[in-house]
Amino acid sequence: MDIFAIQLVNGLSYGFLLFIITCGLSLTFGIMGVLNLAHGSLYMVGAYLALTVTRDIAPSFWAALVIAPILVAVISLIIEFVLLRPTYRLGHLSQVLMTFGLAYIIHDVVRMIWGASIQSLNMPPELSGSVELFGQVFPVYRLAVVGFGLAVAVVLWLLQEKTRWGAIIRAGLTNKEMVSGLGINIKLVFSVVFAIGGLLAGIGGVAAGPVLGLYPSMEFEVLILALVILVVGGLGSIAGTLLASLLVGILDTFGRVMFPEISLIIIFGIMAVVLIVKPTGLLGKQVH
Amino acid sequence: MNATLRRIGLAILLIALCAVPYLVSAYGLSIMTEILIFSVFALSLNILVGYTGLVSLGHAAYFGVGAYTASLMAIHFSNNLFLTLICALIISAIVAFIIGFFCSRVSGFYFLMLTLAFSQMIYGLVYRWGKLTGGDNGLSGVPRPALLGDLLIRTPVQIYYLIFVVFAIVLLVLNILLRSPLGQIFVGIRENEARVRSMGYNTTLYKNLAFVIAGALGGVAGSLYSYFNGFVSPKDVYWTLSGEALIMVLIGGAGTLIGPVLGAAFLVLLETTLSSYTDSWMLIVGATFILFVVFLPKGIVSIGPLLVRILRVPKRRPAPARSAEAQDIKAGIEQNGVGT
Amino acid sequence: MNEVLRVEGLGKKFGGLEILRDVSFTVTQGERRAFIGPNGAGKTTLFNMIAGDLAPTAGKIRFFGEDITRVPNYKRVRKGMVRTFQKNNLLNELTVLDNLLLALQKFAGVENVWYRLRSPKNFSHLYKKADELLDTWGLAHRRDTVVKHLSYGEQRQVEILLGIATEPKVLLLDEPTAGMSASETQHILQLLQNMPRDLTLLIIEHDMDVVFGLADRVTLLHNGGIFLEGDPQTIQSDSRVYEIYFGKEEV
Repeated sequence: MDIFAIQLVNGLSYGFLLFIITCGLSLTFGIMGVLNLAHGSLYMVGAYLALTVTRDIAPSFWAALVIAPILVAVISLIIEFVLLRPTYRLGHLSQVLMTFGLAYIIHDVVRMIWGASIQSLNMPPELSGSVELFGQVFPVYRLAVVGFGLAVAVVLWLLQEKTRWGAIIRAGLTNKEMVSGLGINIKLVFSVVFAIGGLLAGIGGVAAGPVLGLYPSMEFEVLILALVILVVGGLGSIAGTLLASLLVGILDTFGRVMFPEISLIIIFGIMAVVLIVKPTGLLGKQVH
Repeated sequence: MNATLRRIGLAILLIALCAVPYLVSAYGLSIMTEILIFSVFALSLNILVGYTGLVSLGHAAYFGVGAYTASLMAIHFSNNLFLTLICALIISAIVAFIIGFFCSRVSGFYFLMLTLAFSQMIYGLVYRWGKLTGGDNGLSGVPRPALLGDLLIRTPVQIYYLIFVVFAIVLLVLNILLRSPLGQIFVGIRENEARVRSMGYNTTLYKNLAFVIAGALGGVAGSLYSYFNGFVSPKDVYWTLSGEALIMVLIGGAGTLIGPVLGAAFLVLLETTLSSYTDSWMLIVGATFILFVVFLPKGIVSIGPLLVRILRVPKRRPAPARSAEAQDIKAGIEQNGVGT
Repeated sequence: MNEVLRVEGLGKKFGGLEILRDVSFTVTQGERRAFIGPNGAGKTTLFNMIAGDLAPTAGKIRFFGEDITRVPNYKRVRKGMVRTFQKNNLLNELTVLDNLLLALQKFAGVENVWYRLRSPKNFSHLYKKADELLDTWGLAHRRDTVVKHLSYGEQRQVEILLGIATEPKVLLLDEPTAGMSASETQHILQLLQNMPRDLTLLIIEHDMDVVFGLADRVTLLHNGGIFLEGDPQTIQSDSRVYEIYFGKEEV
């Protein structure tokens, strides 16, 4: 029973981290039509930048949580401007391939700057203890991640439903031609969307740093889970992404502990079943 | 490219490859062997991506299935070459048939993701059956293939020639198949599936067929790898291998016969030579890939015609754009691939 | 005169929207039947259902007496029901010849041959047939041109040509002369008039010259149903037809 409760919290917090990261991917894919295979790389960069911030700028996790994602957003803007904007005419497939090449590049750049050994980000001291709830002892940080993830979900949902930008994004998800026909600068929208995607990836990277660690190939592991969540949750639905993220987070966590050999099969089996039976995902909308 | 020129080109290529063991060092031979193995792998993926227009990110599954099947056969049952090769081929074909059955029903992004999902499930299976497959530790001590009874194919040169023979057979068969009436159906599906259907073709059946052929040959590549390496591990089934195969096909030239071979050579050479100079070979591969996607989307095979055009070398009257090589494969793939 | 196509109570609903309602008619062998009507009347939807590209929500379709309502589209082609598309739907990156060969090879039964190159030497009968068709339709000079480099009118001709190459018994032509100049239209009209009489033609058309130059019977669709059916003269002299078109085409 102890194990169950703790693993549940671990699974939920992992799920929320995946949620934050996948939202960024879902946003760029839904709006721009480009499946950013370097999204995991941006997550990784966020984590490593946080490491540098805490080491060289200010030993504060909170500072890193603010600075690193912003830097990742800036990097994303540069990527969009230099790599994607000049090449939209080549088509979606070409751009996806380019992001794949970019992931390879970022992989080595990160390794060159920060090295290949496993590192970790220090938890903020305020959240590093444990707390007792319902007779169980839980790590505070994990609970904080759950809370943070919920907050992010609410904020994103509010932004999407209640603001003008959100309306544009929702419209863009369903009808790009109409959006640009309304005189909205689609190029600007794309850049902003890509930057937000990077921002979310960076936030995920910093938040995940203390619990998942920093190591080579971390970006590909996260990327593939984000793809699963994208498929299972469906595009255009924050609730769907959240549901799928929690599902994957919990399955993966329990899987590692209880049935490591088949957790992979289960996760990808669910992905396959969703694709075959309801390709738009559990709660997704058809995207043009 | 007219028929005679093509035949001459292929002949020269095969003769040159025959002579390789006499021309290169032991290290060079090992590189060449690897190139031929991955050429077969890339050629098999090309059937799906380049010819039928189905962009798959799950091809590593067949490589792994072939490698593990051949290895397990050799360890537990018999290391006879024909037996292991044929078993690898058949099992890969069966797996491809099952996976293809589901994948043929979806297209575009969903197809890409479904192939990925199935491939990762197979990856998971390798761990699930860890007692059989050795799990994370992989399968080591795979015996060398035997031609007849005790006649082992043991030395690097012998292994090279074995793999060369298989490569040559695959190349020559595909040379015909891809430009046969059947092969042209694949091309048609890539270009406009609805139209091909309205010509009376059961396109789902042909997509399945392409899938099975591609998977079977992918498995053959995997078994070749097991003969060469003597060791198989889960990373031979991981999705990044699928990504590399895709890179090979696209850099080399999708939808052409020789493109995947060039792409495989390019990538293997890059990885092996670069990694002796620098740890950052991935950076160079990534940057090169991006450059190709932007500037040479038709791959290495288009360098020749491009140079010709740039240098404006007078040639005979422009040949009619008849063969599959001359087309914009990307446009065709876009319709069936990851375009939204 | 035998019946080649019988449509009974055919209907199509998309959610709450009813595009076609209770459409019934028969077509006899060798007939040239034109379908006219304002845009949105459901003509292309009707063709889509007859060809099998769209499933009806009600009704039956009989082809040479056989119920084909559940038969998939590619199988209908093999039975002799062939359609062309309203918007050019060709293999744009391939040559005219390659497009044609793909259609022809199926009906020569050689489509599954994988061990021989598709070349004039190996499949001379295919190439000969292709050349004959191209000659008849005046496209021989475009044989080796990539389709995307053809003019719109020429592409439209290839569209029809592919339909013919598939050896139809019943050919559904969806606005074959759409977007064509007057002379191109005349050219197509002549070719259609010269088609063998054992071939049945169903044609959606807006160009009344073509309708009157070709059709034996005309079916007027309006608001998802058959409004009027008869020979061209009857349709022409009915004043309601003009009203339906609302001045779009002078009948």
